[in-house]
Amino acid sequence: MLAAARPIDCDVHPWLPGTAALHPYLDPFWRDQVVERGIGSLDTQSWPVLSPKSIRADWRDAKGRGADRVELLRAQSLDRLGTDTAILNCLAGVQIQLNQDMAVAFARAVNDWIRAEWLDRDPRLRASIILPMQNIEAAVAEIERLAPDPRFVQVLVLVMGENPLGKRTHWPIFEACVRHRLPLGVHAGSAYRHPQTSVGWTSWYLEEYAANQQAFQSTLASLITEGAFTKFPELRVVFLESGVSWLPSFLWRLSKTWKGVRFEVPWVDRSPFEIVREQLRLTVQPFDVPTEMVPRLLDQLRGERMLLWASDWPHWQYEGDAALPPGLPEALLPRILRENALETYPRLLQGAMV
Amino acid sequence: MNVIQPIQVPGKPATATLGLLDVDIHPRPKSLEEFRPFLTDRWWQHMLTWGMRQRHGFTGGSPPFPKAQPLASRRDSWPPNGGTPCSDLDFMRFQLLDNYGHDIGVLNPLQPSGQGDRNNAFSAAMAHAVNEWQLEQWLRKEPRLRGSIVVPYEDPIASAAEIRKRAGDPNFVQVLMMSRTAEPAGNPRYWPIYEAAVEAGLPVAFHAFGYSGWAMTNGGWPSFYIEEVSEHATSCQNQVISLVVEGVLERFPALKIILIECGFAWLPSVAWRLDTHWKHLKSEVPHLKRAPSEQIRQHIWVSTQPMEEPERGQHILDIFDWVGWDRILFASDYPHWDFDDAREAIPGIIPKERRAAIYGGNARALYGL
Amino acid sequence: MARHVVAPVADIPPGGRHVITVGERRIVVFNLGGEFFALSDRCPHQGGSLCQGLLSGHVESPAPGEYVYARRGEMIRCPWHYWEFDIRTGKSWFDPKRVQLRQFQTHVETGAALQEGPYQAETFPVRVEDHYVVVEA
Repeated sequence: MLAAARPIDCDVHPWLPGTAALHPYLDPFWRDQVVERGIGSLDTQSWPVLSPKSIRADWRDAKGRGADRVELLRAQSLDRLGTDTAILNCLAGVQIQLNQDMAVAFARAVNDWIRAEWLDRDPRLRASIILPMQNIEAAVAEIERLAPDPRFVQVLVLVMGENPLGKRTHWPIFEACVRHRLPLGVHAGSAYRHPQTSVGWTSWYLEEYAANQQAFQSTLASLITEGAFTKFPELRVVFLESGVSWLPSFLWRLSKTWKGVRFEVPWVDRSPFEIVREQLRLTVQPFDVPTEMVPRLLDQLRGERMLLWASDWPHWQYEGDAALPPGLPEALLPRILRENALETYPRLLQGAMV
Repeated sequence: MNVIQPIQVPGKPATATLGLLDVDIHPRPKSLEEFRPFLTDRWWQHMLTWGMRQRHGFTGGSPPFPKAQPLASRRDSWPPNGGTPCSDLDFMRFQLLDNYGHDIGVLNPLQPSGQGDRNNAFSAAMAHAVNEWQLEQWLRKEPRLRGSIVVPYEDPIASAAEIRKRAGDPNFVQVLMMSRTAEPAGNPRYWPIYEAAVEAGLPVAFHAFGYSGWAMTNGGWPSFYIEEVSEHATSCQNQVISLVVEGVLERFPALKIILIECGFAWLPSVAWRLDTHWKHLKSEVPHLKRAPSEQIRQHIWVSTQPMEEPERGQHILDIFDWVGWDRILFASDYPHWDFDDAREAIPGIIPKERRAAIYGGNARALYGL
Repeated sequence: MARHVVAPVADIPPGGRHVITVGERRIVVFNLGGEFFALSDRCPHQGGSLCQGLLSGHVESPAPGEYVYARRGEMIRCPWHYWEFDIRTGKSWFDPKRVQLRQFQTHVETGAALQEGPYQAETFPVRVEDHYVVVEA
């Protein structure tokens, strides 16, 4: 049973039921705008509600929705698995908004909703600060606003944004992250500024879900080559729901190219392997590796400190309570289930009530 | 000062006992004049006035991400008698075919080929011209060479026509597309190309490159050439995913796909990802009868270059195991700067008994040579 | 090891290079501002011939967006995969400890000293009053 390891679940998703839930947290203007203009939902195509993957069948309510109350999280995940601490990553569609002021209003409201209706209701919970990437200054302001609350342990962006994440325009965010010891969480999903692939829009959701794998590679390439990791040696980046198995081959290619094209990015002063081992972490749910290949993949990865356990509730990644991807070696479990998270998220223990 | 000659140590790799078949050579014209006989006056004038117009803003064949070296070529591949790398058959024989003891080399003409041009009609005219040019300037002069049917892939009907025109000509061994198409390659709009290729008994090769018209990543435009090189692999991954999930490989069970210059160490993780999540999303895609990894295993071949370099050499063996030892095709990528020397590029850790298949056995079987 | 006469100094001006073959080895000699350096011509990666490579400078960076460019003409890049080697030390930039070109001792001798031997020379006459580049290999 997982419980004995006092596991830390690094990726759970409270699902905003609709903008009505945000009313208490919006100022009067935006509250009225939302009602008067019929802006009812912040669901996005990254997580179609009725997609089998978005909410596991036995976790849905009669209307097909779910995951919108802390009671459900407790009953369906925390209590069942014996989770010690869980980090909330809300995927409500703040980042797809085109009006930056509206996006900022929604971001603040979603963060406040998380705080009031989740963090305040269960001491096991921590959360990521949802950032309105439409306005970098506002994103930094949101970090400043919430950083004093130690239950916020990470900031959250989507892996498919408007500009590659490593670009210097984003650096004020990284600077704030480092200042407040908040890792940068990058989660699967899109802001839909671009199609799901560099070759256009996908037809099927299976393609779209798979396309996150490429987004994580591009994002990592950007963070490395733009020098974000070099400029911010204390920055920690966590890739959430990425699948993991893409990483070794990606690094093999990038590193090979770098040896010949180093002059283009001379501030990359260490091999990409070194940078990534030190500054990147990944959740293992899903873990896109057949069980019998896990030892070889881990051997290629050479990154025992990099892996973080997550249930990815309420996404359908496993059956019953088999929340640990099969094939992970026993000896690594203490790290994967708890120790790596404690090292990655320095604020975790700060927020402990006892 | 003495005359600096490129080092030339001729010799076929000893283990190429089934022959040396090179699936990626990039010929260029000495000048655009070489295309003149194969273009109408109208399209010749069009080319002179407007040039090639790819889905980016740069002109004159300049790429958005400047290459590390001019024309992305080895510095020692510029022919002593003039012309751009791989524009001179004699020098190419000297430096490549004779030097390594090639039995067969497959030509993949890149720009200027008109592939992916914003103007479909021009692209079609160029495709015809480039195919004629391959025959005239290369294939009929050098029996060791084979060609690729260049097609204006954004016009699938015109592409199918070009394929049918060339079908049955043993000089051409495959259909050539670039890896960055304007929509994912499995999209039904491209199916006429696959239909014609299968009819002609030809594999379809996706070579890294092209400009889709979208940002080069699904999260925006990167800054650097080093990122673009990384994105050749990710674009190709998207194409594989599309070909599988759109059901192209179910619709065309005889279709063979070759991925050239895209790398291949990533292929297993794509297969695993698709398998894992297909399990949960089967209801969306009932047209898929076989597991994605099975489809990939049955329909897809990869070229060796550029081979990813693991930290521990033997990890590449895992990849070869997972991709399939019979799926791997030697490629030099001559004359590009990241070219692979036939004798050096296949890591020593690859067992001898496997090398012959990689050097030539697999390509012989695939192309029926 | 023997001393090989490479060429008269005048034949290798600053910024120039010269190749000799010693047995099975090819050695490329560079002149950096009057100093001579001799390196193995063969790139340790896949055997590209460095004498065909580009002479360039070395760029370092204290921070992203800043380019500190120095040592123009002192780095040789393999014509193939562009690996960068410091001519003065033979070391690769990306892994100086483990990837380097073999260096050969080089010095300049007068014609008079050469005539006393023992030296191996390419077949050109050695003149007492000239200076010659000599490599030990």
